[in-house]
Amino acid sequence: MATHHTTPEVTPVPITVTVNGLTHRHAVEPRTLLVYYLRETLGLTGTHIGCDTTSCGTCTVIINGLAVKSCTILAAQADGADILTVEGLARDGQLHPIQEGFWQEHGLQCGFCTPGMMLTALQILQRHPDPSDKEIRHGLEGNLCRCTGYQQIVAAVQYAARKMAGNSPD
Amino acid sequence: MSVRTVRKTRGVVGESVRRVDGVPKVKGQFLFGSDLWAEGMLWGHTVRSPHPSARIRSIDISKALARPGVAAVLVAQDVPGKKTYGLEFADQPVLAWDRVRYAGEPVTILAAVDPETARRAASLINVDYEILPAVTDMEQALRPDAPKVHDFGNILRHIRIEHGRSAKADVWVEGYYETGMQDQAPLGPESGMAIPAEDGGVDLYVATQWLHVDREQIAPCLNLPLEKVRLHLAGVGGAFGAREDVSMQIHACMLALRTGRPVKMSYTREESFYGHVHRHPAHVWMRHGARRDGTLVYVYARLVLDGGAYASSSAAVIHNAATFAAGPYEVPNALIEATCVYTNNPPCGAMRSFGAVQAAIGYEAQMDKLAKALGMPPIQLRLKNVVSPGSVLPTGQVIRGSAPVRELIRRCAAIPLPPEEPAERRDPLSLPGGAGNVSRGERLKRGVGFAVGYKNIAYSGGFDDSAEARVRLFRGPGGAIAEVHSAAAEVGQGIHTVLVQIARTELGIEHVVLHPPDTNVGSAGSTSASRQTMMSGGAVQLACQAVKKDLFARVRRWAQAEGRTVPEPLTVEGGMVLAAGEPLAPIEEFLETPIEQTRVYHHRPTTPIDEKGQGEPHVSFGFAAERAVVEVDEELGLVRVVQIAAAQDVGRALNPQGVYGQIEGGTAQGLGFALMEEIQLKDGLIKNASFTDYLIPTILDMPPVVSELIEEPEPGVPFGAKGVGEMSTIVSTPAIVAALRSATGRELNRIPVRPDDLIGLSPPVTSPGPPPSPEVPGPEPIPKYVGLAAGQAILGGTE
Repeated sequence: MATHHTTPEVTPVPITVTVNGLTHRHAVEPRTLLVYYLRETLGLTGTHIGCDTTSCGTCTVIINGLAVKSCTILAAQADGADILTVEGLARDGQLHPIQEGFWQEHGLQCGFCTPGMMLTALQILQRHPDPSDKEIRHGLEGNLCRCTGYQQIVAAVQYAARKMAGNSPD
Repeated sequence: MSVRTVRKTRGVVGESVRRVDGVPKVKGQFLFGSDLWAEGMLWGHTVRSPHPSARIRSIDISKALARPGVAAVLVAQDVPGKKTYGLEFADQPVLAWDRVRYAGEPVTILAAVDPETARRAASLINVDYEILPAVTDMEQALRPDAPKVHDFGNILRHIRIEHGRSAKADVWVEGYYETGMQDQAPLGPESGMAIPAEDGGVDLYVATQWLHVDREQIAPCLNLPLEKVRLHLAGVGGAFGAREDVSMQIHACMLALRTGRPVKMSYTREESFYGHVHRHPAHVWMRHGARRDGTLVYVYARLVLDGGAYASSSAAVIHNAATFAAGPYEVPNALIEATCVYTNNPPCGAMRSFGAVQAAIGYEAQMDKLAKALGMPPIQLRLKNVVSPGSVLPTGQVIRGSAPVRELIRRCAAIPLPPEEPAERRDPLSLPGGAGNVSRGERLKRGVGFAVGYKNIAYSGGFDDSAEARVRLFRGPGGAIAEVHSAAAEVGQGIHTVLVQIARTELGIEHVVLHPPDTNVGSAGSTSASRQTMMSGGAVQLACQAVKKDLFARVRRWAQAEGRTVPEPLTVEGGMVLAAGEPLAPIEEFLETPIEQTRVYHHRPTTPIDEKGQGEPHVSFGFAAERAVVEVDEELGLVRVVQIAAAQDVGRALNPQGVYGQIEGGTAQGLGFALMEEIQLKDGLIKNASFTDYLIPTILDMPPVVSELIEEPEPGVPFGAKGVGEMSTIVSTPAIVAALRSATGRELNRIPVRPDDLIGLSPPVTSPGPPPSPEVPGPEPIPKYVGLAAGQAILGGTE
């Protein structure tokens, strides 16, 4: 894919990042946001752009174990980082319990916010393996959804928690 | 909380079925319009007017064109065909030439190798404007001396409904209400990609609500026959009415045809605020009269809606505002006058429950005022007056279908109230203001409010509404497979899952696949007006029934050839043909060649309303009731909605889990409108075109929504199912505002309600009285009178 934002007068910065277990080396323009690098350079379009102002959370990815809005950091800042995007959630052809939860509990409608919601939910479940309704809601307050009213998203995260704890999710 | 339901992957009608698009969406593989990519593609960019009203003296594109990486810069003269487009009237220029009528109107477009080059080139385009007087106030637009937005004036449509006569009442209440401009704010921006084709035509992949009406507007502007403009649905990141109008469609096609390369356009969030229509701001005057026993005897309603610079769907919006102005109540006498005006504000058009939302904010406040004046509980007053089957509406239309409104109200009111939590020792995050942590909850007041509302399902006013579907039944590796081809746009609401459920139900097989929606099948009509379950659902049902008829004919021919008699009736179930209930043979045995049928579904006809607003304008009605419990911090004006209790009339829930999702999501948009969502306009300019300044509800703003579905099948529609997408949005705003009034005792007659309204820093809005009704030839839209319906006779005919 073509590199986003090319301007000849600026010296590109070399970066090495591991995304979903694969290591990539690219030269990026210093101004390039991580989300554009993921989408335009790596072609990982599951990370979405909904607002440009770090309000909506659709671009959330996991960077070195932390949920981060990838429009708030430069690709150059991610040099050396280990990144997980939505494309890396499923393993060996099996949906991650969080993915299963969002499908099972109707935690999505248009699906635009879903990748960011799921990755933030992953962080919530790492911190609170048996989260309360309140912990889920506080954890997801930086992620906007315009379709669902959020209730079925809470149910989706609860489903994932049960499944990850080895209990019957239903 | 939603009832936990049994979920299936391959379920039939009435079961909670997992979404057909769920797996690609959770895997990040679902391609939204903004995710499209093609080898060698260019990025399109739009240059917009910074002025709400101006004359274009000249446009200099030479510097932009000379910039390396820029492939094309186009102006109005480059539009190959018709210069204007529009959903109902072609009054909107593809690119402005001579006049701009709102800030944000497209003036030039360009294509470049990447978005940054495009953005930088755009800054080199010099447009010389002569600034003209603007009319940015809807009541000012009605005055004879106001600047004219269009040559024919500022009236878009005026509707007068006269029902019964003037009446004597024991109690009268009056009210004036204002509502702001709401944005649909779908999270996915306007986006799509146009790819030039070898036949001189173009393929457009676009996130839209109605492929075919887009094509009808695009093709004449490109000067191409319809069949050379092929549309394909790209992934739609929410819609809510914002994608009913054309945004980047014609521009991307023009750039692709000019450059011979694929062109992608994807708006930023800021541009999205300028690039789609909004919910009409409204001024509403109402007077209600009742007898001492609470019987409603008279309703006067005067509504003015700001349509902005171009017509969009305003003619339908004002029609709904007028026809629903009295609410779901029996009233023997009513006078309703509703005007939609043109102004130099951004165009307004479709948003979830258009017209019905603004009306409900007025009539539900009035019902509460009336209850107070009568000393009657608000719910009792509503129960006394609500419509039921056989009721006559102000248009003279009789409700023929199901209308279980009393049951809705009773079921909603019976949902347990949340327990009162003492403010002391409470987690501060659960106080109004939440994470702001500015209160200890010393002066919290709790309030409860109730609202009932209704709207039409499918299109109204004599429009020949239809939907087509094609179903192909063929032999697959694991048995019979059906392929459903419909152009119905899945925008998140779940229509694709419902269509597949219907095919499974009708054909008795599990394996049903969807053909991607495109213009190779006939129009499905719009994904709007809560219509697709009825319309495209009906079309799929008809096509399946036709396929089944062919299948049974094959079975009978086979039996005849074999010299056997098969007992009737023939049915299908579990992948088998059954004869008189006994399994005969697997369906695929009769599918040596596939069976394919295409059918079009029409609902029963409606009529336009006449000069007195009388007629049979609507097909079917959906009702909803909600009760809101709020907490208000009286010192800070902060609000926490504690609980929403909801009951909705759904006819029959085809996918109950999906229905709950629609109620909860629709409620959230109504909550946003009640408390925070407003496009701030100053002299025609949008002051808050971003998600940092235009707030939509977060997960912490949303309370639990406890929903009840009332299933009373609607006669004469497929499976008795009513559309469910919009009704909760009508009632949640007035229910929340009623709860705020009960908590604070304040009038709160302007929506959204702001903190300064709640603590009394801003007084209620006032009005010297409704403006006089304009003198217009009739209830038809004015652009129709001046010939715009026929095309571009006046506005579009000249350059």
